Amino acid sequence: MKTKFTTDTKLESEIAYFENIDLKLESGDILSGFKLAFKTYGKLNTDKTNAILVCHALTGDQYVAGNNPITGREGWWSRMVGPNKPIDTNKFFVICSNVLGGCAGSTGPKELQNGSDVAYGGNFPSVTIKDMVKAQSLLIESLNIEKLFSVIGGSMGAMQALQWAIDFPDKILNIIHIAGALKHSAQNIAFHEVGRQAIMSDPIWKNGKYFENNEVPERGLSVARMIAHITYLSENAMHRKFGRKLQSRDIISFGFDADFQVESYLRYQGKSFVERFDANSYLYLTRAMDYFDHDETFRKNIEFSHNPNNHLKYLIISFTSDWLFPTIESKMIVNQLNSLSREVSFLEIDTDKGHDSFLLEEPQLDDVIKGFLTNNFAKIDE
Amino acid sequence: MNKINSIRKDWSLIETLIAQDRKILDIGCGDGGLMEQLENNRNAITHGIELNRDLAANAIARGFNVINGNAELDLSQYSNNSFDYVILSQTLQAMMKPKDILSELLRIGSKAIVSFPNFGHWKIRLQLLISGKMPVTESLPYTWYDTPNIHFFTIKDFLNLCNEMNIVIEKSIGLTSKGKQFDISESINGVNFFTHEAIFLLSYKNFEPIKIKSSKKVFAKNSVIAN
Repeated sequence: MKTKFTTDTKLESEIAYFENIDLKLESGDILSGFKLAFKTYGKLNTDKTNAILVCHALTGDQYVAGNNPITGREGWWSRMVGPNKPIDTNKFFVICSNVLGGCAGSTGPKELQNGSDVAYGGNFPSVTIKDMVKAQSLLIESLNIEKLFSVIGGSMGAMQALQWAIDFPDKILNIIHIAGALKHSAQNIAFHEVGRQAIMSDPIWKNGKYFENNEVPERGLSVARMIAHITYLSENAMHRKFGRKLQSRDIISFGFDADFQVESYLRYQGKSFVERFDANSYLYLTRAMDYFDHDETFRKNIEFSHNPNNHLKYLIISFTSDWLFPTIESKMIVNQLNSLSREVSFLEIDTDKGHDSFLLEEPQLDDVIKGFLTNNFAKIDE
Repeated sequence: MNKINSIRKDWSLIETLIAQDRKILDIGCGDGGLMEQLENNRNAITHGIELNRDLAANAIARGFNVINGNAELDLSQYSNNSFDYVILSQTLQAMMKPKDILSELLRIGSKAIVSFPNFGHWKIRLQLLISGKMPVTESLPYTWYDTPNIHFFTIKDFLNLCNEMNIVIEKSIGLTSKGKQFDISESINGVNFFTHEAIFLLSYKNFEPIKIKSSKKVFAKNSVIAN
């Protein structure tokens, strides 16, 4: 298999083309040829032992650190990844690729179908977390990296990290799994469904063909983002941040303007999201998360894997105020790994910032990730 | 002996009870001090449980396999005989159900190491006798209304419980309040009086397999042995 690499100057991103490959998806569909947009940070050492794959969450992208040309802002985890940061790019070679089905340069509903000048839209095949990871593993292979030192991710990124441990344990040494679960819960599917319904009931969506008239179902997509954003916070965090404070006014309007700061904030979140994210991608990726379910199979997969996985180390982290992926979900993973005598560490971090904590200022998260990586890397370096 | 020194002393004695290259679970592992010592000196594979979030975070950041959790709730997740040794240092008296914990230790470990302050020590007896108030000492420094130590017991109590649970005491080390070390099993007279702290290496009694008389000599060969 020959992979072609180019640099997209507009996207400020590397693109890997897998042209002569039929990627068999979990659904049974076949994706004939695909591309992944990715970024790397730091240098691969001569023994190729210092590579770390960072997996992004639902609305993330390959721009972990540095400038993100799509938003014009800093990368989504620039407080975690960089020189002398907890994931230290002076020491590690960090790779992050936009997931399959995404909208930042990788093959997804926004991209043109093979050999045509029409975008996939709703014709894009259903992708799962397993498919995303399969595509990532081909990327890692084409970068000539036999073994990743670590796979790290939060939320949907944590799902990918767990999938790596299940599907390619021989290609990794450890995973850091933050704010994730063995399965997407009924409540989480429900919130995603409301978001999808918001998009699909926007008249501009047109069965996913809005791009034909150069339109975007802005209303639907922004409402989907507003709902989702609530689930990423916690009641305490919202109260601390906004309370009942009014926005640019002294008295309530007795109308439906954004009287309250929290309303104004959500509207802003929705509006800015529309500018950077594709509505169809949002449908596909939320679905991929919904389909994620290792509740019954995880223990069996780890115990009876034909790929040796005894060497794997797991760091599982949850947050006290995360009600989307609560601690109990993380503990289920920990319990099952412990029952198999695997090397697992678990920490519940005390914070009121909710599910989004992994993206925010949490000194204990920084310390634990930095220490875990540094000390475990020192052990293989001996 | 101050608290830190007493813990260090405890650790070095625990180390003497542990063979090379074994798999160990340290319950209440703190920031991983004992795990580090056993990895360095005994080439042990270590796991730990720590209730305190900050200590657990420190231990994980130092590269140890540590679960931030509660021993009374979280031991059930481990399979039978997952470890060669399970260590419970200075915390049995703080457990809600010490008897259940003891049986859990020996379910998940082939051997258990338990250390605790002896409530039968003469200073404690004297304090209670003379002042008529709950004793406060160096090893049990808390007032009765604000103590993590909710189940006080003496060496005699512990030995009785072990006997009742068919637990064998393989080795036992006693320490006087001056830090003098002796073998508890060999010095019966006054041991419950002079022992300040005690460390026990425990295992379950091994019962001889019952031999079934059968006319069929091939009985064992015909049975399926599930491993």
